[in-house]
Amino acid sequence: MGPKTVKNAAGRLVPLEINGEPVIPFKGIGKHRPQGGKYSPPVPTCSDYPSDGNKVVKSLEVALRKCGLRSGMTISTHHHMRDGDLISNKIFEIASSMGVKNLVWFPSASFPCNDPVIKFLEDGTINRIEGSMNGPLGRFVSEGKMKGTAVLRSHGGRVQAIQDGEVKIDIAVMVAPTADPFGNAKGTGGKSSCGVIGYAKADSMYASRVIIVTDNLIDVPCYPMEIEGNYVDFVVVTDKIGIPEKIVSGTTQVTKSPDRLLIAELTASFLEKSGILRDGITMQAGAGGTSLAIAVFVSEILKNKGWKSKFGFGGSTKYMVEMLEEGQMGYILDAQAFDLDAVKSVENNPEHIPYPVFNAYNYHSKGNLTSMMDIMILGATEVDLNFNGNVVTHSDGYLLHGIGGWQNCLHARNVIIPVPLFRDRIPVIVDEVTTLCGPGELIDVIITERGIAINPLRKDLLKSIKGSGLPVRTIKELKEEAERICGKPQKPQFDEKIVAAIKWVDGTVLDVVRKLKTN
Amino acid sequence: MNKKIATTGNAGPKVRSDCEITLELKTRRGVVIDLTSKVKALYGESIKSLCLGLLKFFKIRDAEVKINDSGALPFVIAARLEAAIHMLVVSDREFLPEMLRENRYSTDAERQRFSRLYLPGNMPSMMINAGLHSADGIILDLEDSVAPEKKNEARILVRNALRQIDFHGAERMVRINQGETGIEDLHHVIPHNVNLILIPKCENRNQVIIVDKKIEEICKKLKINKTVFLMPIIESALGVENSFEIARASENIVAMAMGLEDFTADLGVPRTTEGKESLYARTRLIIAAKAASIQPIDSVFSDVGDMETLRQNVLESKALGFEGMGCIHPRQVPVINQGFAPDETEIEKSKKIVIAYEAAREKGLGVVAMGSKMIDPPVVARAQKTIDLAVRLGKLAQNWVKEASSEKNK
Repeated sequence: MGPKTVKNAAGRLVPLEINGEPVIPFKGIGKHRPQGGKYSPPVPTCSDYPSDGNKVVKSLEVALRKCGLRSGMTISTHHHMRDGDLISNKIFEIASSMGVKNLVWFPSASFPCNDPVIKFLEDGTINRIEGSMNGPLGRFVSEGKMKGTAVLRSHGGRVQAIQDGEVKIDIAVMVAPTADPFGNAKGTGGKSSCGVIGYAKADSMYASRVIIVTDNLIDVPCYPMEIEGNYVDFVVVTDKIGIPEKIVSGTTQVTKSPDRLLIAELTASFLEKSGILRDGITMQAGAGGTSLAIAVFVSEILKNKGWKSKFGFGGSTKYMVEMLEEGQMGYILDAQAFDLDAVKSVENNPEHIPYPVFNAYNYHSKGNLTSMMDIMILGATEVDLNFNGNVVTHSDGYLLHGIGGWQNCLHARNVIIPVPLFRDRIPVIVDEVTTLCGPGELIDVIITERGIAINPLRKDLLKSIKGSGLPVRTIKELKEEAERICGKPQKPQFDEKIVAAIKWVDGTVLDVVRKLKTN
Repeated sequence: MNKKIATTGNAGPKVRSDCEITLELKTRRGVVIDLTSKVKALYGESIKSLCLGLLKFFKIRDAEVKINDSGALPFVIAARLEAAIHMLVVSDREFLPEMLRENRYSTDAERQRFSRLYLPGNMPSMMINAGLHSADGIILDLEDSVAPEKKNEARILVRNALRQIDFHGAERMVRINQGETGIEDLHHVIPHNVNLILIPKCENRNQVIIVDKKIEEICKKLKINKTVFLMPIIESALGVENSFEIARASENIVAMAMGLEDFTADLGVPRTTEGKESLYARTRLIIAAKAASIQPIDSVFSDVGDMETLRQNVLESKALGFEGMGCIHPRQVPVINQGFAPDETEIEKSKKIVIAYEAAREKGLGVVAMGSKMIDPPVVARAQKTIDLAVRLGKLAQNWVKEASSEKNK
């Protein structure tokens, strides 16, 4: 039998307890207001640390042992080495060889290179992952094979969970392309430069113990420091923290697919004709092929009109860097660099500014950078008739992606989701999303190759787009066209067992993912 | 037919929106379907029931069907299975998917044919969104893009595509094969509202007449009361020499196209970007077409990555007298459409001419003058044509005359 569930404010059945801890069902956007103080890690005493400031220890294992690694602890990592990460798996190899069990892995994201942790999930070293679940890891979880329940949070939600004590990090293992013996660290320099380590800040401040792992140790001070040494317990020097060509792609590429380019063109045209695009706008688009194409088309429009974007928020790419250098963008605020041009730009251009998500996305911050953004271009695996969005599961019910910054970005003024109407027969616009990740009231426009659907709540946009000649249709019409072409899909069959919880940006439970029935 | 096993369609890591079907006829144990599909969780049941319905339609009771699906739409799966059946069973029957209401339109002889997009006839992934790219025509190609052993299955796929894909008003064209194969192609496609047939490698008027007669015969038999237009393609020296008689071979010919890859091969010279080697042939074709009052259409430009050279090519082509060009990639369509459309200077000049002509006519003047220049009637006619085109393309308002005069009064 499954656990007792209640219907939350989004109409989804969610449990009141996950992994033995009570949880709060989603109450509505901005409704949940935790009281009291922020979580604080144990008080350290500086005289316990080497007076010469040298915190270097022999190996990661020594550092983990000195941090008191034991069963049941929560270990955090960040994902700036992306698919080139050589350290995360090693942590659990060490833990496994020490006989440590039931760890909670709390990464800011995982990549295919982390698939080997499946064996540590199987042997009991890791109880559960609270972070993103991609590819084989997602399948493993969806098939109900993980011992604990996965918890998926947005990048901002991760910071929120750290700050209000929902997640207490015992040991943060933070890799850094450059660091000094005191523990000051940054994302640039060395052979594993990733440009920015914007996801490491909260972990370093709130974890009980912090280990820096670097392959480029320099003399004090490592400057400008993204992680400050006074939060750091130990520094480990290793040969290689990541595989350079997998840390950042050589170059991110605009899509070549004519269908995706059509969607991108339509999106740029919508932004122009709706009047959303203007001088001084702020914009964020991802590193996917379609998003990049939109950025290129938008940049063209800005150039032609002599307009300039005030700033853009990264993940940065060479296309954003081009806008910065050619004067279509004032600044790049950046939490992560996606390609080599972006890394170079962070290193050399003072107007390309490292900016931790800690400041940008967090529910417990005094203000929200994303709500200041005019244009937000996002993706989705599914969108439904109520404009609700899904980014974590596919229509077949398998967990295959993380939330990333997606939920946080929904707070922008104009949230635009350019998606194909269907992907290889899989409709993207459906009656009801398989998993709810973002409430429809925050999603403004869906742009497909077969038409544009505007959320009826955005009467202003519906009005401003009138007479533009753009193919505006209702979301229902788009859904029906998808079904006419693809056929009406069957629903995937789920067991009652909950395998993952989807947290909203405020820490409440927005939805759950259930175990797939496999036969 | 003693064969018991047939395989159709395509599978592989790069294949999308298609499937490979292996059909094996059995003598007992009913129908067994073995489905591998990335959309099995969503469409597994519907794929199976589609296949069962199809087998029943062809009265096959015992068979093993192995499907390797990469997200094929139902009309594709049906085409693949039907093709396999036809390889094993003699039957005149056709399993026709519904004809979309949107697909029942006809086109005019004089319609604009700036761009026509070629789609390989056995590749469903390229067909599905083809109508969204604003090409004037969509060509489902049964000829060069289809391997000889795949001709049969391509016919069935193209037939189903003609019924099931909404091409959003583009002229629905099919390029048939040469000779007997081409005649056989007609039987499969003509009943499904084809607007125009492209006849490849035309060298004499007889080739056109045979196709035209066959179409007439099929239409008569099926009581189809629509004209199917023809576009012969000239792809050889002999074709060029006979281009005028080809252009006049049937009153259903609305355009004549140049195929430069084969033409330069026939000449034994490389095809260059400047195209000096084909200049004579192209101008000769233009003159033949104009003399026969049909549209001359230029060859495709084969470097899909080089939009700048394509743009220059289009402008040259337009300046020579061509009225359209083939496309082999959707991204070429807007470049070609914009290139053949009248530009601002042309439109402005034409506006002045038409206004001057109207003014002269109102005053009862026989001679139209603009400044010190006399304007001949053909110049006025050409200007009017440009204006009509600009209005149709949305580059000029329908009531431009009124707007022009009110602007003057400001």
